[in-house]
Amino acid sequence: MKIVACIKQTFDTEAKIVVGGDGQISDEGVNLIVNPYDEYAVEEAIRTKEKDGGEVVVVTVGGDKTQEALRYCLAMGADRAVLINDPVLAGAGSYGISVALAKLLSEKEAGFDIIFAGKEAVDDGAAQVPSRLAEKLDLAQANVVTAFELSDGKATATCEIDGGSETLEMALPALISAQKGLNEVRYPSLPGIMKAKRKPLEVVTLADLGLSADDVAAKVELVVAELPPARMAGQRLTGEVDEVVAKLVQLLQDEAKVI
Amino acid sequence: MSIVVCAEQRDGSLRKITFEALSAGKSLASASGETLKVLLIGSGVAGLADELKKYGADEVAVVDNDALANYTADVYAAVLAAYVAQENPALVLFGHSAIGKELAPRAAAKVDCGLVSDCIDVTFADGDYLFKHPIYAGKAIGNYKVAGPVRMATLRPNVFAIAENDGAGAVVDFAPEIPASKVSIKATEMASSDRPELTEADIICSGGRGLGGPEGFALIEGLADALGAAVGSSRAAVDAGWREHAAQVGQTGKVVSPILYVASGISGAIQHLAGMGSSKVIVGINKDGEANIFNVADYGVEGDLNKIIPALIEKLKELQ
Repeated sequence: MKIVACIKQTFDTEAKIVVGGDGQISDEGVNLIVNPYDEYAVEEAIRTKEKDGGEVVVVTVGGDKTQEALRYCLAMGADRAVLINDPVLAGAGSYGISVALAKLLSEKEAGFDIIFAGKEAVDDGAAQVPSRLAEKLDLAQANVVTAFELSDGKATATCEIDGGSETLEMALPALISAQKGLNEVRYPSLPGIMKAKRKPLEVVTLADLGLSADDVAAKVELVVAELPPARMAGQRLTGEVDEVVAKLVQLLQDEAKVI
Repeated sequence: MSIVVCAEQRDGSLRKITFEALSAGKSLASASGETLKVLLIGSGVAGLADELKKYGADEVAVVDNDALANYTADVYAAVLAAYVAQENPALVLFGHSAIGKELAPRAAAKVDCGLVSDCIDVTFADGDYLFKHPIYAGKAIGNYKVAGPVRMATLRPNVFAIAENDGAGAVVDFAPEIPASKVSIKATEMASSDRPELTEADIICSGGRGLGGPEGFALIEGLADALGAAVGSSRAAVDAGWREHAAQVGQTGKVVSPILYVASGISGAIQHLAGMGSSKVIVGINKDGEANIFNVADYGVEGDLNKIIPALIEKLKELQ
């Protein structure tokens, strides 16, 4: 079985966000991690391989630094990695990234049985690439998945929906986007980290994929980023419970007018 | 050209986000001079068209087919793409709901257009649309433009005000070819609760580690009942297994913007603030006077939540 995990390298969730003079987000000095939702995807890919055999290929679009994120996934237990690295793709956004990944997965890395991805990346929070990829590759998809099972060539996935959950069944190949709760993500072991250094990590360009800059040209432009208005500390209520509660209710009714 | 709103219904009821998207679409249509159309997809849904007319739609297109009784991403995206091919709209709006989050990018890929997800504002000026979308979990806000001719956006629930408007409201049938879905729905389980859905709720009462254990959520539920609120949770309480992940508010949980957010026993980690920082009014209840929640709370109640919440519930009941 050929199992693909799509990842993205993102800012650490604790990172402080700085808008540069050009109105764009600055990445200077920011610690980079594997997008947390993608870790669930990689973990589920490795577990699927451990159960049913095959290989796990981790794929991403990024720059030179992104090799670190791929090595981390190899250290977790993935077998090999492919990085689409092309300056043209910097700032390509969900559209260009999904075009490049779809081309990779329909030609050079064709023949996969299942694709796992995180349900969204914690940086742009767009949640677009998995669904765009499923459409481009004409795949069945299960989104925001909290439970997954594979048997007799059929995938069963429990998806989070508004106010409940839904269980979907589909034939392979399929795309599964992972939600927190799908599994417990393992940490790379020391031998895993040593082995990862020797695992294949292939770097390809757009030209290698047979794509032009026009094919991946961004459809969405970030004109300017800004910091949100800061929230100020309001009124502090302390003292006897009855008085505090009476005061709070009065403020919520008369001042805030929310109850 | 037109602005199209993709209506969302579940079991024959329109979702609140549909009225929010229509209201936003109406004001954009007024600014850009486009007509406002709404696409309603489902089975036995034609009767909902009247309700949609109230929000200023010039036209309600109904795709009513037995094969569309249950939402599946691939089939609904095909229907939507067929409608876009016919209408060639300037803008298509969806709710940033569980369905919208999946359907919009799938449809955008089919149409080959740009999409801005999770918008908190959309405006029209100088001949173009400008989309505001929080990034890095609300630590920054991006202002985006989309290369046309077709643009798509999903709108964050509970952010756009609902306004009733007059529209011509012509109802037309749209009958595209409907493909078979690649997925089959085996089971649907809705949480049995009279409480509102978390992302749609006007009031949310959330609890965290300060509750001391899963049993502490009985207090939060009591407060939520007294306020007609939804119940949320911090990541710490979810990670401790006190509450299921669906209730988690924050960067790796739900992003909510209720009118009133009551955080009890929640320290206010940056990861939590990212999920509720756009609430209109925040109340923090915490015994630690140094807790970060007090830096963002409009009303910070410093004290023992085990005493304050029962007293608050009593007081609220007196008012009813």
